[in-house]
Amino acid sequence: MNITVCVKRVPDTETRIRIAPGGTDIERDGVKYVLSPYDEFALEAALQLVEGAGAGEVTLLSYGPEAAKESLRAGLALGAHRAVLLKGDPGMDGWATARVLAGELDGGGADLVLFGVKAVDDDQQQVGPMVAELLGRPCATSVAAVDVDRGVATCRRAVEGGQEVVEIDLPAVATVTKGRYEPRYASLRGIMMAKRKPLDEKEAPAAEAGLVVERLDQPPPRPEGRIVGEGPDAVAELVRLLREEAKVL
Amino acid sequence: MAGVLAVAEVRDGALRSVSREVVSAARGIADALGGAVEAAACGGPGVGGAAGPLAAQGADRVVGIEAAGWEPGRVDISAAALAAHVRSRAHAAVVFAATGPGRDLAPRVAAKLDRPLLTDVTDVEVDGGDILVTRPVFAGKALARVRAKGTPVLLSIRPNVFAVTESPRDAVTEVVSADPAEGTGGYRVKGFEASEGAALDVSEAEIVVSGGRGMKDPSNWHILADLREALGETAALGASRAVVDAGWRPHAEQVGQTGKTVTPRLYFAMAISGAIQHLAGMRTSGVIVAVNRDADAPIFGVADYGIVGDVFEIAPRLAEAIRELQDD
Ligand SMILES: Cc1cc2nc3c(=O)[nH]c(=O)nc-3n(C[C@H](O)[C@H](O)[C@H](O)COP(=O)(O)OP(=O)(O)OC[C@H]3O[C@@H](n4cnc5c(N)ncnc54)[C@H](O)[C@@H]3O)c2cc1C
Ligand SMILES: Nc1ncnc2c1ncn2[C@@H]1O[C@H](COP(=O)(O)O)[C@@H](O)[C@H]1O
Repeated sequence: MNITVCVKRVPDTETRIRIAPGGTDIERDGVKYVLSPYDEFALEAALQLVEGAGAGEVTLLSYGPEAAKESLRAGLALGAHRAVLLKGDPGMDGWATARVLAGELDGGGADLVLFGVKAVDDDQQQVGPMVAELLGRPCATSVAAVDVDRGVATCRRAVEGGQEVVEIDLPAVATVTKGRYEPRYASLRGIMMAKRKPLDEKEAPAAEAGLVVERLDQPPPRPEGRIVGEGPDAVAELVRLLREEAKVL
Repeated sequence: MAGVLAVAEVRDGALRSVSREVVSAARGIADALGGAVEAAACGGPGVGGAAGPLAAQGADRVVGIEAAGWEPGRVDISAAALAAHVRSRAHAAVVFAATGPGRDLAPRVAAKLDRPLLTDVTDVEVDGGDILVTRPVFAGKALARVRAKGTPVLLSIRPNVFAVTESPRDAVTEVVSADPAEGTGGYRVKGFEASEGAALDVSEAEIVVSGGRGMKDPSNWHILADLREALGETAALGASRAVVDAGWRPHAEQVGQTGKTVTPRLYFAMAISGAIQHLAGMRTSGVIVAVNRDADAPIFGVADYGIVGDVFEIAPRLAEAIRELQDD
């Protein structure tokens, strides 16, 4: 079984976001980057499926700057077999990103293409199902666990109020959320081996964006809060304030 | 004049309340552009009737798209039927809800229409015929103002952000039959397993009671469940990631950058320290209340009201005091 995992390099979730001069991008200097956390779940799912099948390869695919190679090497160190970097600058437009990724995936031999449920930078939550449409493949989103048997992927989807079980016929697409998969750590051996694994680089094709970010702003600060008091005796005053001042009870 | 389509959600034959927010937002856009609002729900027979009440929020027309082969959960069929409908009516904008089902559906429709999609929008403006939206990025650590080129403009709105407005119309309900074969299939819904107690999703609740690692043990959750119950049916339970990672609560309840983003009118952070990834998911809540025994906990930096003290003493007292209010 061959699986391709699409991964994006994003600012570490600890990073404080500052707006760059010009006001349409964030300050990139000094930002630490990581693989988007949900993409780590997708990669772990892929590794477990291929290990379970005892045959096949996991390929990583990323559309991003030269520096995204670091994230791809990190994924190779975890056990992916090969990686492809489409060099370019993905903006906020997920539809443009989906077309770039689908161009590379189309005609490729992946039985399953996995995505994170969302990339935690633009938070668009859309690229996976869009790629599925472009490839004309069935797609299950928000998948907490996936099993493959005889050409069918059984997906447990995290939905409102519970889990929905969906079967999709391979070749297929799925977006992975937190659930069964606990991302592994890279071993020293894995890190050494990653250096010798194939990492193809090519220029991404141009994809015109249909969305223009006109401005980025820091969110307005919350008004100064206050400590109502200490211990259970403060409860009466809290409830009074919630009712009379904030008018939320 | 090309109108605005509001995509309504009907589940188990019942209209979901978030759809009233969607129609209200669509009404605002349509008024600015000078067009009509159409509310459409896709599903089985009778789906249009369930969406009928949306006339109260200003839907000039309500459409039930009855798609051949549709069953609950068949998002592939809904997407194909909706895309065909949008093509036939040439709407200027299409508004979805950024709910679980909406997030599943909207990107498929966008791809079929060869259009970009703006998700999780928190504000919409019309500027000289263009639609400009505000959407939080980096989990709310920044706000992006984005202009969409071309039509239709597809967007999904974050639940609990847009006010429900009353703007009643005498809308007729129309039934449209669809038989979308292309781009569907290979997708079978095999079953549904309900998780205990989670009737209301945390991202759609008006009040959220979240617990953190300071709750010490999952067996203490009845304390928060009781507070939630005292707050009524519009309240849901939430959790920090520490609690979810420990297996105390399901991931569906996790609030934060790698969980749900919530915008309730009232958020209780009970024994949660307030890490940056947690704040990212709840800092746009209406009123934030924090209970923590550490007066220096970062959660107090965003809380409107805080109590420093032991959650095990405070939470039960709070539930009691809220019940007393209601008895008055
Ligand atoms: C990639 C990444 C993504 C993440 N995503 C998320 C996310 O989506 N959501 C999220 O929440 N976190 C997320 N985190 C984790 C985050 O960094 C914190 O570790 C986590 O939020 C801490 O949870 P907590 O506040 O429950 O626990 P702690 O930080 O351990 O805080 C417990 C608090 O309880 C208080 N306390 C203890 N006992 C009592 C008592 N008896 N009465 C009152 N107060 C008491 C303590 O003073 C303390 O403030 C993420 C981290 C990473 C690296
Ligand atoms: N530039 C990119 N390169 C590779 N994969 C991406 C890229 N952008 C998004 N993805 C994939 O699509 C998922 C959803 O992203 P998004 O729709 O932007 O939230 C991510 O978790 C990745 O799996």
